[in-house]
Amino acid sequence: MSTRSLSKGCFVFKPSPKRRKVSRTTADYFREGNSDLEDSELRFATCQSLQKQVKSETEQIEEELNEQLFDNLVSFLRRSHSAFQEKTTEWTWRTKSREIPTAALVLGVNVTDHDFTFRSLSEVLQNNVTPYIALLEAKDCPGIKNLMQKLLGQLMNCCIDVGSSEEEDYEQVSRTRVRCSMTSLINWYESATKRTDSETPGKKRTSSRHWQSPPVVVIFKDMESFTTKVLQDFVIISSQHIGEFPLVLIFGIATSPMIIHSLLPHSVSSLLCIELFQSLSCKDHLSTIIDKVLLTTQFPLKLSEKVLQVLINIFLYHDFSVQNFIKGFQLCIVEHFHSNPLSILCCQLEEAKRRVNSLSHNQCENVRRLPSFRRYVESQASEKQIALLTADSSLKEAVWKLLEDLNVYHENYFPILRCLHVFTSSLPKYPLGKQIRELHCACLENRVWETEEYESSLQLARMLNKSDLVTMLQKCVEILVSSPGREFDEIVERLKEFLTQFQKLEEAYQERDESVSPQKELQKKTNLYNLQKTLLELKESRRSKKLTKFEMLRFEVVDYIDSLVRRYLVPADHKTLHEIVYFNTASVLREHLNAAPRIALHTALNNPYSYLKSEALKSDGGSISNKAPDICIAYKLHLECGRLINLVDWLEAFSTVVTAAEGPTADVASSDQVDDVIHARFIRAVSELELLGFIKPSKQKTDHVARLTWGGC
Amino acid sequence: MPILEHPAYPPATLLCLESLVPCRESQVSMLLSIFGERQQLSFPSIFIYGHTSSGKTYVMKTLLNTLQLPHVFVNCVECFTSRLLLEEILIQLQNGSETKQASPVPCDTFNDFVRLFKQALVSQNLQDQTVYVVLDRAEQLREMEANVLPAFLRLQELTDRNVTVILLSEIVWEMFRPNTGCFEPFILYFPDYSIGHLQKILSQNHPPEYSADFYSAYINILLGVFYMVCRDLKELQHLAALNFSKYCEPVVRREAKERDTRKLWKNIEPHLKKAMQTVYLREISSSQWERLQCEEEPGQIKGLSAHTHVELPYYSKFLLIAAYLASYNPVRTDKRFFLKHHGKIKKTNFMKKHEKTSNHLLGPKPFPLDRLLAILYSIVDNRVAPTANIFSQITSLVTLQLLSVVGNNDQLDGPRYKCTVSLDFIRAIARTVNFDIIKYLYDFL
Repeated sequence: MSTRSLSKGCFVFKPSPKRRKVSRTTADYFREGNSDLEDSELRFATCQSLQKQVKSETEQIEEELNEQLFDNLVSFLRRSHSAFQEKTTEWTWRTKSREIPTAALVLGVNVTDHDFTFRSLSEVLQNNVTPYIALLEAKDCPGIKNLMQKLLGQLMNCCIDVGSSEEEDYEQVSRTRVRCSMTSLINWYESATKRTDSETPGKKRTSSRHWQSPPVVVIFKDMESFTTKVLQDFVIISSQHIGEFPLVLIFGIATSPMIIHSLLPHSVSSLLCIELFQSLSCKDHLSTIIDKVLLTTQFPLKLSEKVLQVLINIFLYHDFSVQNFIKGFQLCIVEHFHSNPLSILCCQLEEAKRRVNSLSHNQCENVRRLPSFRRYVESQASEKQIALLTADSSLKEAVWKLLEDLNVYHENYFPILRCLHVFTSSLPKYPLGKQIRELHCACLENRVWETEEYESSLQLARMLNKSDLVTMLQKCVEILVSSPGREFDEIVERLKEFLTQFQKLEEAYQERDESVSPQKELQKKTNLYNLQKTLLELKESRRSKKLTKFEMLRFEVVDYIDSLVRRYLVPADHKTLHEIVYFNTASVLREHLNAAPRIALHTALNNPYSYLKSEALKSDGGSISNKAPDICIAYKLHLECGRLINLVDWLEAFSTVVTAAEGPTADVASSDQVDDVIHARFIRAVSELELLGFIKPSKQKTDHVARLTWGGC
Repeated sequence: MPILEHPAYPPATLLCLESLVPCRESQVSMLLSIFGERQQLSFPSIFIYGHTSSGKTYVMKTLLNTLQLPHVFVNCVECFTSRLLLEEILIQLQNGSETKQASPVPCDTFNDFVRLFKQALVSQNLQDQTVYVVLDRAEQLREMEANVLPAFLRLQELTDRNVTVILLSEIVWEMFRPNTGCFEPFILYFPDYSIGHLQKILSQNHPPEYSADFYSAYINILLGVFYMVCRDLKELQHLAALNFSKYCEPVVRREAKERDTRKLWKNIEPHLKKAMQTVYLREISSSQWERLQCEEEPGQIKGLSAHTHVELPYYSKFLLIAAYLASYNPVRTDKRFFLKHHGKIKKTNFMKKHEKTSNHLLGPKPFPLDRLLAILYSIVDNRVAPTANIFSQITSLVTLQLLSVVGNNDQLDGPRYKCTVSLDFIRAIARTVNFDIIKYLYDFL
């Protein structure tokens, strides 16, 4: 710090109040870069509440999905040590060797989701089965010693939670000196269970939740990463003591249960009593999430086709992680509310009405600027046009009406989509996709009835047999009846009518069954000539044959479905004001979720203008500007080299580029000596490249470095 | 005529001991003569070895317990550090006479151990008789500090007390002997039980509801099926207990009498064969097996190996396929497989002599990351951007143990991988993405 004084001395500097760091909240970050302060707060609040809603909703769905699995596990735990509690003295029990009950929990390769599953599993167990749970991860257990330490630490800590508070300090002290052996674990278990037993009169609630002598559950989160030796030793040690306390192992397996056999030799796996449990496949999991979160009118924010495609692609191509999918959806919410000032209207309908009324003039202008709204205005009569463009009040009225329309559109869209899915999902080869999400994407992308796939699926639908058709119609009726849409009464009526017609047809058929079909006549004739003749006749008659009643009806049904599709499944971006509720900047999302570090690095070094935005750096194509940072010049030069780069040549090229601007002055060009400063700059650039991992020193040739990357990405 | 005779112990105890250790009489009498009388000095260290479940631990335990000799019994797997091991010995020694000492003394080095050991002997009044220290699974001692094993072998000399160390192990003494040399213990071998021995031992423990003959006939059938694959006494005992209820079924239902051996055999034999393929291999657990038996109509429970299918993300599948190709194809052949206009190169033209053996017999070879990515780009139909996700997928394949990293972990040097999956597995994977992997494998050209 400097003073204005000339003399030396001590000066006091009080910290200026401005410089005190204010811890910034999320809201501050959200507000950053937004001009409209008042609105942004409201937007932030809306965004937060929506996010919370999404989070709780998805968590609930996941709990429901896992329920079955957890129930099975709990009953397994109950079974596994029933004998331990009864202390049977049967003959078989004595002679049979005691095996450690083990649950092999196959969870699929989406390792990032496992954390959530294990967390809720341990919660469920803690609530219903036992307080003694230890979660072990491979990275904490490189040796058996660490494993035992971790295990004892977790178990004895949880004992404090259950035990009374007086003993807490005693536990704390003894924990530091506790010997990490199985014997101390058993001693601990005995004392812990005894204590809870003696406490039962006072604390009935805790003991009724758990069983008498609750099992000790040890969960290995990632079985694949554990080393063989650690697992083996642990199993051998605990099998020595299985008679003394009820231990249950749970192996979390990502690949296939065969890994147990490949990790443990027979002598060790024969100590285990392994039962298999499989979680729901992550694809089904995703379908449920999409079905219950995205394909409802529950949340005001919707995703456009491109955005949804990005999220689904990341899921299917890269990680299979449902958690990441949900995170992506949440990111969409934040992005939408952050970037779009009109997102303030993206809320429940009643709330939106109030907000429309209190729109500022600025916001009204924003609405007028929306492309979909401009299209709408152009379609109106001229007086109306003027009113919409000039008067805020009439604009607000129109916006309110349009928002209502949009809401109605969504209410109709999803049930009809489901109905169409009922049809398309049973067609051979699935021209419109097997999953409803594919159909949804197709409908959002453009008018689905104009696509070839839709044509072919209608063709196929016209060939469906009656029983299929009837069941489908029944399903559709179910879907429409259970949905809240207002216009469906009429449709349901119509569909029911179709169903009764089918019913009647059936009765009619049974009467007609007695009449002899031409095929039967054909069998009677054996003459070749006659056969040919009848066949020709048959063929002709078929060509000109009138459609049967059933076929007529079938056509009618398919046409009716087609008309429904044309009426209700209009793509969302044909709707006015769709920008308010649809998030559609897929590129932003892709940038955030599917980062390409190598490409980013390459662009930065190859075209520094893209990041530095300096006019001097603007160059077209291959030429190397000497204004660019040194590392960029060195990088561009190294792209032209082979596997081994001669440092001297590189330096010369570098100095040529750098000095090019000063003009081809004779003395620089003629002298072989490179300027010291340039030399130093070059060395720095090269070492920076080495740090970034583009080159490394080579031992094959002196004065050479080896390239580590290929291609320009 | 009793086989065991020793002047120091009452004959009744010896008789009892003899009944407890069937088929091991000669070993026990050998041990007894080495031990001598209580106050006599015994051999400093004894090394007992033999195959799994040949009765080493059991014989030692019953011998020491029935004769009520002062002893310490420690399992070395359980005490995974030398400190734990030494402390465990001291604790057991002190607990011998019910005077429980709450806090164990810390004992970090062998020097401390010798000192504390002597103290413990004095406090327990054991100076005038031999104390036995039994170390089960002694092969673990080799992994502790270098001084532990030689020191235990000379414990008698180091402590200057009447103590004998007995090492039990499944491997031979030659695998123990340290480079620096050590005191040679007395070596005793426990041979495997013969089929007759197994029959005798297993029949001894028959359920109280049935006669010994009936059970013995059952054991005979059981051994007939399982003896070829399994000679492990414990495992056989377990299997016998598991399947006995099924054997008894006809008797319980009064369809056959206890003497009807043939009928009973017909009933149990297919059942046992099924057990050999499932329970014995731990394909299904023994509790599941018992439940299967209880049900009238046996439902099918799929074994563990039925679930080999692994669902992977799309690019992970191709990464794995690319890794497999890189592991099993020679580098030179990449041009032929992955370039569009590779010309006419026949297999014979570029086959060197040593490559005539199948690469699949030689196992996977390591390959650098660049090659993996290059192959990936050429086998995937659409363009793959080298995003962070792709690289993290490679890492997750490594953690799933489908790939493994070879050599040092220097990222700048370019990591090298190996593909560890089997041909069947990769073919199943390739089938799901419609990729004909056989066409791309050099071995199958």
